[in-house]
Amino acid sequence: MPEPTPLPTPTSNAVGQSAIRADALPKVNGDFDYASDLAAEGMLWGHTLRSPHPKARIRSIDTAAAEAMAGVAAVLTAADVPGKRTYGLIEDDQPVLADTMANYQGEPVAIIAATDLDTARRAADAITVDYEVLEPLCDPAEAVRRGEYFRHQPLQVGDPDTATAAVVVAREYVVGMQDQAPLGPESGLALPRPDGGVDLRVATQWLHSDQEQIAPCLGLKESQVHLEMAGIGGAFGAREDLSVQVHMAMLALATDKPVKMMYDRAESFLGHVHRHPARMRYEHGADAEGRLVYVRAQIVLDGGAYASTTDAVVGNAASLAVGPYEVEHVAVEAWGTRTNNPPCGAMRGFGGVQTCFAYESQMDALAEELGLDPLEIRRRNAMHQGSKLITGQVVQEPGIDVPNENAPFSPLVDLLDRFAAIPAPAIPAGRDIIELPGGTGNTTHGEGVVRGVGYGVGLKNVCYSEGFDDFSTARIRLELVDGEPVAYVHTAAAEVGQGHQTIQAQIVRTELGIDRVELLPVDTKVGSAGSSSASRQSYMTGGAVKAASEAVRELWATHDLADGPIEATREFRHRPTKPMDPVTGQGDSHVQLALCVHRATVDVDIELGLVKVVDLTCVQDVGKILNPIALEGQIHGASAQGLGLAVMEEMIVDAGVVKNASFTDYLIPTILDMPPMRLEIVENADPAAPYGLRGAGEPPTLSSTPAIVAAIRDATGLALTHVPVRPEHLTRHLVRQP
Amino acid sequence: MELKLHIDGENVTAQIDRPGESLLQTLRDRLGRTGSKNACEQGECGSCTVLLDGDPVCACLVPTAGCEGRDVKTVVGAVPKPVRDAFVACGAVQCGFCTPGLLVSVADLLAREDDPSDPQIREALAGNLCRCTGYEKIIDAVHHAAEASR
Ligand code: FES
Ligand code: FES
Repeated sequence: MPEPTPLPTPTSNAVGQSAIRADALPKVNGDFDYASDLAAEGMLWGHTLRSPHPKARIRSIDTAAAEAMAGVAAVLTAADVPGKRTYGLIEDDQPVLADTMANYQGEPVAIIAATDLDTARRAADAITVDYEVLEPLCDPAEAVRRGEYFRHQPLQVGDPDTATAAVVVAREYVVGMQDQAPLGPESGLALPRPDGGVDLRVATQWLHSDQEQIAPCLGLKESQVHLEMAGIGGAFGAREDLSVQVHMAMLALATDKPVKMMYDRAESFLGHVHRHPARMRYEHGADAEGRLVYVRAQIVLDGGAYASTTDAVVGNAASLAVGPYEVEHVAVEAWGTRTNNPPCGAMRGFGGVQTCFAYESQMDALAEELGLDPLEIRRRNAMHQGSKLITGQVVQEPGIDVPNENAPFSPLVDLLDRFAAIPAPAIPAGRDIIELPGGTGNTTHGEGVVRGVGYGVGLKNVCYSEGFDDFSTARIRLELVDGEPVAYVHTAAAEVGQGHQTIQAQIVRTELGIDRVELLPVDTKVGSAGSSSASRQSYMTGGAVKAASEAVRELWATHDLADGPIEATREFRHRPTKPMDPVTGQGDSHVQLALCVHRATVDVDIELGLVKVVDLTCVQDVGKILNPIALEGQIHGASAQGLGLAVMEEMIVDAGVVKNASFTDYLIPTILDMPPMRLEIVENADPAAPYGLRGAGEPPTLSSTPAIVAAIRDATGLALTHVPVRPEHLTRHLVRQP
Repeated sequence: MELKLHIDGENVTAQIDRPGESLLQTLRDRLGRTGSKNACEQGECGSCTVLLDGDPVCACLVPTAGCEGRDVKTVVGAVPKPVRDAFVACGAVQCGFCTPGLLVSVADLLAREDDPSDPQIREALAGNLCRCTGYEKIIDAVHHAAEASR
């Protein structure tokens, strides 16, 4: 038996260090290939003709004029779909191309391949579609009445009817439709293969799910559809559903030429799902000390025309409907409606964002009724080790050093208590006008400007819930290169910008004690990694990479690398979860819970309705910090998206028609809108997770929105039940002077 | 029509056949210089920012036909190494789609102002959208780059 090789220690960039991301260098040098940068010899450009109507019967499509145009290589409609006519992430209901009905504005009706994009666009204009325009269903409340929904999830614990409360607050909340707005447009390249299959280079969040959905639509076997990841310019949920994939593959197969597709910004707004807009009616009852007695909630999330992930979004909204608080009596009803509005699906926070705005607003309303401090009312109701969520799931957060065994650890109280040491900023003397709401617009010199402070708490599930068999795969090969051990890591996990690939390399360095780690191209030649969503990749693919590293390490102990390489593949699974009971909503449905708290400080010009967020302080429990600099970036970015929802971002949809599909009219935060941020990152380890980590990318998106709105309420005294808060919400109570 | 341009230090000839073609389209689609990005092509995001005869412009708004003989610097030629290094070291790059445009804007700012304050940085970069970072690390990176360049 050979002597076991002693394990060396990596000299740098292990787990816990701010390892530099490997793709940063090509990205700053301008030579990182995004999906939109791809090109191939002799390639054609694809383009999509979309329905201008939210609901219309398609009587006929005349493509003759388009086909006759010089430079046009193919014009395809629903009749040309080679295989299955529909696809979908959960339910198989979305047509590849609309056949007899168009069910939302922007639904693809025909696709064109031409020598250049201009020609393809002109060809689209030359297609005549005979539409019989029908009355769209756009009101989600009406959809509920008509039974038009993808899911209805009730949840019942105790009986609110029997509960008596000293104080009751009942309000209705509205959350507008938010867009992920990743800067990289939907794009990709399809290359026909000699064997009749197709190679796709795409920017997607989940390669294997794409492959599973694409192949049947093309009438091909999965093994004939090979996907390789192209550079991703942000995702945030927008790349979970298919966009260009089947269309460009159809065009490539029809023309036997490489075909590139790329949406412009307007088409991007129509070409991916959005965050579900919500209307929610909440009633909270509390005793005289502010302890919650009961909660009733009716939550209507509009799923739009097709199912996408509405089913899972409704599950999250219902199960997280009261947040991280203990309540004995709860009655929730949550719907995900089917309408002729734009389809909605995944966006960072995934069903947790909408309800978080409502339940946190309710906690503040109760605190105000009772004259309690907003932090204090949250402390009094905070979940702790052994608490039951409203689904009956028992909270397992033992805490690290619990001082008093009789008082179980509360991870939320721990976070809330930390704000005492980080006071909100004082109003500086002699402010420059650019620091005031309105900035260089010179709208005020301080008159009418009022400061406010508010808090928001978010509770997010990490990984896929409700019994889904969520797994990830990693293959690691260790071999000697120039006498030095080098690990080659192969996974299908999407690097959407979050820095996941860097985390993979840090894990391998740590587990194998080596310095050199090479990441192989991300493709479908290795098993599924699941989606880069639900804050799950550090946990899941991180877990798979850790497991494969451990397997390699074990083999290495009895094997000399000089005799040849070592390889191990591991699938990683989290603990199994249970579905929610369809009637009571009960079930141990979530893998892991993650908490985040924001405090926002705002200045509001109460005469003009202008808001300036001057500080955001975030305290988040991440279990274990894997890469400080990357983690901070996630918290900053998530907080910014929450700020966007609080005060600026809304897709305006009028009778099913999107009114602001551009960056001119759909505003995302600029560097002038973002305040300086202060972070306190807490490590309450989860013993069940790799390294004790908790998913971290989403929770701040939940809590920053209610914190900012609470701060605006504090400044203005207005109820503010609609996000985004618009200037007119802040000024409409003002009496106009004659 | 045929045009001569000076791009990132090289003399380049471009053939264009569309009168409204933007400098961004010429760079990306005709010349294969994809370093400049195309997040909106409406002049709203700054991902296509280049220096045209030294001034920062949105390349998506500039007609190529008006660029005969002019000097174009993209992320490849406009950005001093300390600026790029600072973006890498400070974690200012996530998906990176905004990065080429931001780097050009930062290079322009630091050429005018060798120790910019936070408000000056915010003002100078207000035309460059980033959806990933929340801008904190970008501001860190500008300060680091300024220090390293002095
Ligand atoms: S692509 Fe030019 S400003 Fe957006
Ligand atoms: S890093 Fe993704 S847009 Fe800025």
